[in-house]
Amino acid sequence: MSQVSTSPALGIATKPERRDIGLRRRYAAERRFRLYGMAAIAFGLLFLFLLLFSVVSKGYTAFQQTMITIPIEFSEQIIDKNNERATNPQKLVTANYPVVARNALAKVLGVSEDDRAGLKAVNGMISDSVRVQLRNLVTADPSIIGTTQTVTVLAHGDLDSAFKGQIDLTVPETNRKVSDKQVGWMNQLAESGALSKHFNTGLFTNGASSRPEAAGVGVALIGSLYMMLIVLVLSLPIGVAASIYLEEFAPKNRFTDLIEVNINNLAAVPSIVYGLLGLAVFINFAGFPRSAALVGGLVLTLMTLPTIIIATRAALKAVPPSIRAAALGLGASRMQTVFHHVLPLAMPGILTGTIIGLAHALGETAPLLLIGMVAFVADVPATPMDPATALPVQIYMWANEAERAFVERTSGAIIVLLIFLILMNVGAILLRRRFERRW
Amino acid sequence: MNMMSEAAVEKALDRQMNDISYKMIGKDVSVYYGEKRALYDVNLNVRENTVTALIGPSGCGKSTFLRTLNRMNDTIDGCRVTGRITLDSDDIYDPNIDVVELRARVGMVFQKPNPFPKSIYENVAYGPRIHGLAKAKADMDAIVEQSLQKAGLWNEVKDRLHEGGTGLSGGQQQRLCIARAVAVSPEVILMDEPCSALDPIATAKVEELIHELRANFTIVIVTHSMQQAARVSQRTAMFHLGNLVEENDTDKMFTNPDDQRTQDYIMGRFG
Ligand SMILES: Nc1ncnc2c1ncn2[C@@H]1O[C@H](COP(=O)(O)OP(=O)(O)OP(=O)(O)O)[C@@H](O)[C@H]1O
Ligand SMILES: [Mg+2]
Repeated sequence: MSQVSTSPALGIATKPERRDIGLRRRYAAERRFRLYGMAAIAFGLLFLFLLLFSVVSKGYTAFQQTMITIPIEFSEQIIDKNNERATNPQKLVTANYPVVARNALAKVLGVSEDDRAGLKAVNGMISDSVRVQLRNLVTADPSIIGTTQTVTVLAHGDLDSAFKGQIDLTVPETNRKVSDKQVGWMNQLAESGALSKHFNTGLFTNGASSRPEAAGVGVALIGSLYMMLIVLVLSLPIGVAASIYLEEFAPKNRFTDLIEVNINNLAAVPSIVYGLLGLAVFINFAGFPRSAALVGGLVLTLMTLPTIIIATRAALKAVPPSIRAAALGLGASRMQTVFHHVLPLAMPGILTGTIIGLAHALGETAPLLLIGMVAFVADVPATPMDPATALPVQIYMWANEAERAFVERTSGAIIVLLIFLILMNVGAILLRRRFERRW
Repeated sequence: MNMMSEAAVEKALDRQMNDISYKMIGKDVSVYYGEKRALYDVNLNVRENTVTALIGPSGCGKSTFLRTLNRMNDTIDGCRVTGRITLDSDDIYDPNIDVVELRARVGMVFQKPNPFPKSIYENVAYGPRIHGLAKAKADMDAIVEQSLQKAGLWNEVKDRLHEGGTGLSGGQQQRLCIARAVAVSPEVILMDEPCSALDPIATAKVEELIHELRANFTIVIVTHSMQQAARVSQRTAMFHLGNLVEENDTDKMFTNPDDQRTQDYIMGRFG
């Protein structure tokens, strides 16, 4: 009892001296680290912005093309003077269609048939591709010969550049590709509505052409599409099967270690080496055609496989062992364990890895140069065995051209490539979400 | 009346224990992990329709021994088992024995609840499905319901059978894993510290469940809780440093063990 009364009065415990545990230093370090991080990200964003800005500002005009809509008289006099077309079908193919178009435009502009210099200038305003365009019209329907049809033809690349304001008109006339007279006509036609900019569908459907206004990424798109399909169809099953075997079934010994090291090394081999390999194996040894999307696809498959295998193995490794134990403990075979439980859980990782590999392959140029895909291909390839190019190769080829119209097309093709890459990455994210939602 | 009959069942089970029948017999079982030896010539028999508890300090080889009984050690790289283990007189390490069939007869519940990331229904139905135990959907529904009933989980989940099994609480997950093991109708169920992640209430439920399962299954359970061993088991085996120290009736083990080390361990003097 007395002990209780002598105990000290209740109160707040005296606060011990505060220890210096370096809080200020630690927080300062953290702040510094965050600053570095933000600076790094800002730096990255700046360059991304610069890249996108330079590409888009140079390339957006490529999606529009200047065209001239004029009534064209399919004069029998020029096309088939002696009326031989019934006996000689070649006549309609070899007829002088550019003159037909030139005369039509000259008529609109009021240039006399005798003014040779004037006619030459008029001719310089129309793309040479008009020959093919009119020939196709006539061979499809020979009855239009002798009639007048309203046709929309491509303007010449230089006129297109001038109309887009890309040619400096203050430069002396002799130093530029469009004359003052042509500029005058251009403005006259634009005012009357005959000359205007249209959406450039040709950019997506045409193949290679030495005339920039008629050149497009059509062949390259198809070629890239074939190659992506080949890469997907080959590398996904092979890569996933190899990874599953290595990760879930193969014994862990020297030999499998060696394989693992080799796969990691292969992922780091410069892509041009794969091009050399493809040249030696697929073209020289197996005898596949040069410049074909098939060979390109096979080479890119070889290049993509290590990436997919590494991503798949990482995804398989990340599946908790307890899931395997649960399935095995119930009497599932190893194969059932893998296919019923492990693989579905690893799927998001596998798909992400695959799409990253595909995106990588889509942008690959160097190995394709070696197997001859850097070629002038004007016709859309019907099968993967036909000559084709690829988007990045097309960009590379156009980047070597000097004309202003090719410069904008180079950037335009880059924009197309970037859009495909973005779509693929969005696809990867969506697939990931979809598969992850199941657990 | 009910109490009486339960006591009668208890008596009957005890009587059955007197004319002993061994479900699994382990003879000179040694296990090596690479060069390291984890078990030294263990001779331990598991009686039918009995709960056998394995106790002993951490790292003494309880889980290792448990895993030899359904060959889960096969999945560990570098693990080697010598000696002889039989299930109803079949040598389970015989090359002619199919490990998949063995595991369908000797099921396992793990220390950490590990439901598949699928629905509750799918978790329970998976085993019967791969072994072809249900012909029609109705059969499967019946198996799922019975298994969940046996695991004491039915009432809690019957309205959400098609929701994810991983969304259950830890204790419910563990009972789901037990239901999953029961669904295959194994003869033996191995449990490796099934309650170590559970609260006292969930633990009590699992223990009650073990008690009921004993009528139909032979159970081997690893536990760190002496009270649990005393509550649920009829036989107890004590391991120490890879050796089987003593195996005895649980009552005797906890009152008057033969071995000094058992005495010390139970009294909490080491371990
Ligand atoms: N996969 C493994 N690889 C190598 N050694 C292992 C492995 N598993 C267990 N061991 C070793 O075998 C011995 C017995 O381990 P085991 O897991 O059987 O112990 P335990 O009695 O279950 O312990 P706990 O009560 O802590 O679970 C330990 O020394 C352990 O280090
Ligand atoms: Mg253990």
